[in-house]
Amino acid sequence: MALDAIVMIPALAAFLCSILPFRKAAWVITLASTWTVLPLSIVLAAQVLSGKRIVGVPGWIEADALSALVLALVSLVAALAAVFAGGYMRRREHDLSHLWWFYCNYNLFIFALLLAPALTEPNLVWVAVELITLFAVLLVGFEKTSGALEAAWKYAVLTMMGAPISLLGFFVLFWAYRSAGGGMPETWERIRALAPSMDTNLLKLSFLLVFVGFGAKAGLAPMHTWLPDAHSQAPSPVCAVLSGVKTTVPLYAILRFLSIILASPAARVGNWMIVLGLVSVAIAAFLLLQVHDYKRMFAYSTVEHMGIILTGAGLATQASDFGAVSQMMNHAITKSLCFYVAGVMLLTLSTREIKSIQGLFRVSPFAGSALLLCALAIAGAPPFPIFLSEFSILSAGVRAGRYTAVAILASLIAIAFVAIMWQVNRMMFGRPATQYVVESPPVTCRLAVVGAALPVILLGVYIPAPLHDLLQLAARQLGGH
Amino acid sequence: MTDPKVSIPEALNALSAGLVLLSAFAMVATRQVRGVVRFFVIQSLLLAASCFLLGYSRNSNHLWTLGAITVAAKAVAIPWILRRLLPGEFYERREIAQAINIPASLLLSLLLAILSEFLVGPLAAASIDSVIRINLPIGLAGVLIGAYSLIARREAIPQLIGILAMENGAFFAGIAIANELPLIAELGVAVGVMLIAVVTGLLSRNIGQTIGTTETGTLSELKEEATPWR
Repeated sequence: MALDAIVMIPALAAFLCSILPFRKAAWVITLASTWTVLPLSIVLAAQVLSGKRIVGVPGWIEADALSALVLALVSLVAALAAVFAGGYMRRREHDLSHLWWFYCNYNLFIFALLLAPALTEPNLVWVAVELITLFAVLLVGFEKTSGALEAAWKYAVLTMMGAPISLLGFFVLFWAYRSAGGGMPETWERIRALAPSMDTNLLKLSFLLVFVGFGAKAGLAPMHTWLPDAHSQAPSPVCAVLSGVKTTVPLYAILRFLSIILASPAARVGNWMIVLGLVSVAIAAFLLLQVHDYKRMFAYSTVEHMGIILTGAGLATQASDFGAVSQMMNHAITKSLCFYVAGVMLLTLSTREIKSIQGLFRVSPFAGSALLLCALAIAGAPPFPIFLSEFSILSAGVRAGRYTAVAILASLIAIAFVAIMWQVNRMMFGRPATQYVVESPPVTCRLAVVGAALPVILLGVYIPAPLHDLLQLAARQLGGH
Repeated sequence: MTDPKVSIPEALNALSAGLVLLSAFAMVATRQVRGVVRFFVIQSLLLAASCFLLGYSRNSNHLWTLGAITVAAKAVAIPWILRRLLPGEFYERREIAQAINIPASLLLSLLLAILSEFLVGPLAAASIDSVIRINLPIGLAGVLIGAYSLIARREAIPQLIGILAMENGAFFAGIAIANELPLIAELGVAVGVMLIAVVTGLLSRNIGQTIGTTETGTLSELKEEATPWR
C-alpha cells in the first residue's frame, strides 16, 4: 500500500502542477508531495527490516531491501532538492510564469526515479529508466541558454542511443528466461532463481547490451561525456537529483542484473566489472585535475564514485557488496549536498569558474565553510561516510586477495582526493578579488544545505543499527559470495 | 533459406527482413531530411508487416496487437508529432557536410551488418526457430547502423530518426525472440518511444530558435580545455 502511494503521489503532484499553473502553488505542491513520500519510504524501509514482504501489485510492483534503500535515497534527495529549488529558481529564473512547468517536470522526474526501483519486471524497468532520461533532458535544458540546450541535446543523444541497445538486451534476457522455462510475469527474483539453468551465452550477450545502454545513463566511462555538460548546465536543485540519485538508479538496475549473472556459475563477469569500474575511476581522477568549473568538478567526482561502486560490486564478496551499497548511499547524500553548495556559490558569486573565485571563505563564510565541508566529504576524508565505504571496499578487496585491483583503486582515489582538495583550496583561500557583487543566498537554500549536511556529518561517526541492518540486507541482494 | 520446412509467411518475413536492412542503408544514404523521415516510416511499416506475418503463422494475437501498435505509433503518430512540433524549414534542409561521406558510410554500414551476423549468428543458429536466425542478426544490424548514423549525422532530425531506427532494429529482433512479452510492457515501450520523439523534437525546436541552427553535430561550446596548471 505504502509502495503504491510512494509511486503515485509524485505523479499526482505533477498533474496538480499542470492544472494549477501558479508559481507558489506549484512549489507548495512539490514540497507537499516530496515530504509525504519521504516518511512513507522510511516506513517502507522499516517494514522491510521487520521481515515483511512489500507488495504493491503482485508480480509487478514489489520492494526488497535493495529497492527500499534506493527508494529512501531518492525520496530524501528529492525532498531536500525541492526545498532548495524554492529560493534558487525564483532567484535564477527571470520569467516566473514558466516555473509551474519546471515543477511539473520535476515531479514527473521524481515519479520515474521512484518507479524504476519499485518495478520488478525488467522490461518495465527499461521503460521507467527511459522516462527518467526524458524528464531529465527537459530539466537540463530548462534554462534555455545555448549552453543548457547543447548540454541537453548531447545528453539526449548519448543516453537515448543506449536505450535501444539495452532494450535489445532485455529482449535477449527474456528469450533466455523463457527458453529455460520461466513463468510469467518475468521478475528479477524469478530470473535469478532460474539463472543457473539459463543459456550462459545468451545471459552474457544480454548483460553486455544492458551494460552498454544503462552504463551510458549511469555515467560510466567511456560513455560519461554527457555528464559534466549536463551537470554544469542544469539548475542546481536538478543537478543534486541528477548526480545524487539519477546516476544511481540505472546503476541499481545494472547491479540487479549483475546479481543474476553471478548466480549463473559459468558466466564470470566480476573481473570485467572491476576493470570497467577502475577505468571510470581513472578517467574521472585525471579529469578532476583539469576542470575549470566547480560544477563540472563535482560531476567528474560522480563518475569516480560510480566506478567505485561498480568495482565494489565486481569484487563480489559479501563485504565488498556491503561497501558498494554503503557507497551508493553515501554518494547520494554527499553529492546532493555538494550541488546545493554549488548552487549557493552560484547565487552568491554568479560565476562557475574556479579561476575567478578566490578567498571564498572571507567573501561568504557560509558558502566557504559549506564548500570546505562538502569537498572533504566527497573526496573521502576520514571522519566522513564516503571514507568509511571506500575503506570497506578496499579492505574487502584485500581480504579477497585482489591486491592489484585494491592498489590501483587506492591510488586513483588518492589522486582524486588531491585533485579535489587542490581545486577547492584555490577557491577557498587567498585574497578576495574586489569586483564581486555578493548576494546572500535565500533562506530555503541555506536550509537545504544545513539539512543535507546533517546526515553527512552524523553518518560518518555513527550509523544507527537499523540502517546498518538495511544496508546489510540490501548488500545480500547483490549476490556476492 | 536451406530449411525446407519454411512456410510462406516465414519466407515473406525473410523478404521483409531484407527490406528492413535495405531501408536502414537508405537512411544512411539519404541527404535530405524529408527523405530520411520517409524511409523511417517505410522501415516501421515493414516491421509491422513482419509482426502481422508472424502473428498469422503462429496464430498469436499478441504479435497482431504489436503490429497495430507499431503502425499507430511509428508510422502515424511520430511523423505527425514531428510535423506539428517542427517548422517546415527543418524538413527542407539538405545535409551537405557529413562527418564521413556517403559511400564510405554505406561501406561501414555493410561491415556493421556483417559484424552483427558474426556476433549473434552462432547464438541464433543454436535455436531451432528459423525466424530467430533471420531476425536476430538483422535486428542487431539495424541497431548498430542506427547508432552509426547517429554519430555520423549532424542534423537534429536525422539524429532523432537514428534513435528511432535503432529502436526498430531492437523490435525486429524482439518479435522473434521475445514475442510473448506482456502487453503492458509493449505498451510501455511504445509510449516510451513516442515520448522520445516528443522530447527530442521539442529540444531541437528550442535549439533551432535559440541557437539558430539545427546542425547539432557542430555544437561545441561545452568541453574540457587543457592546462589549468599554473
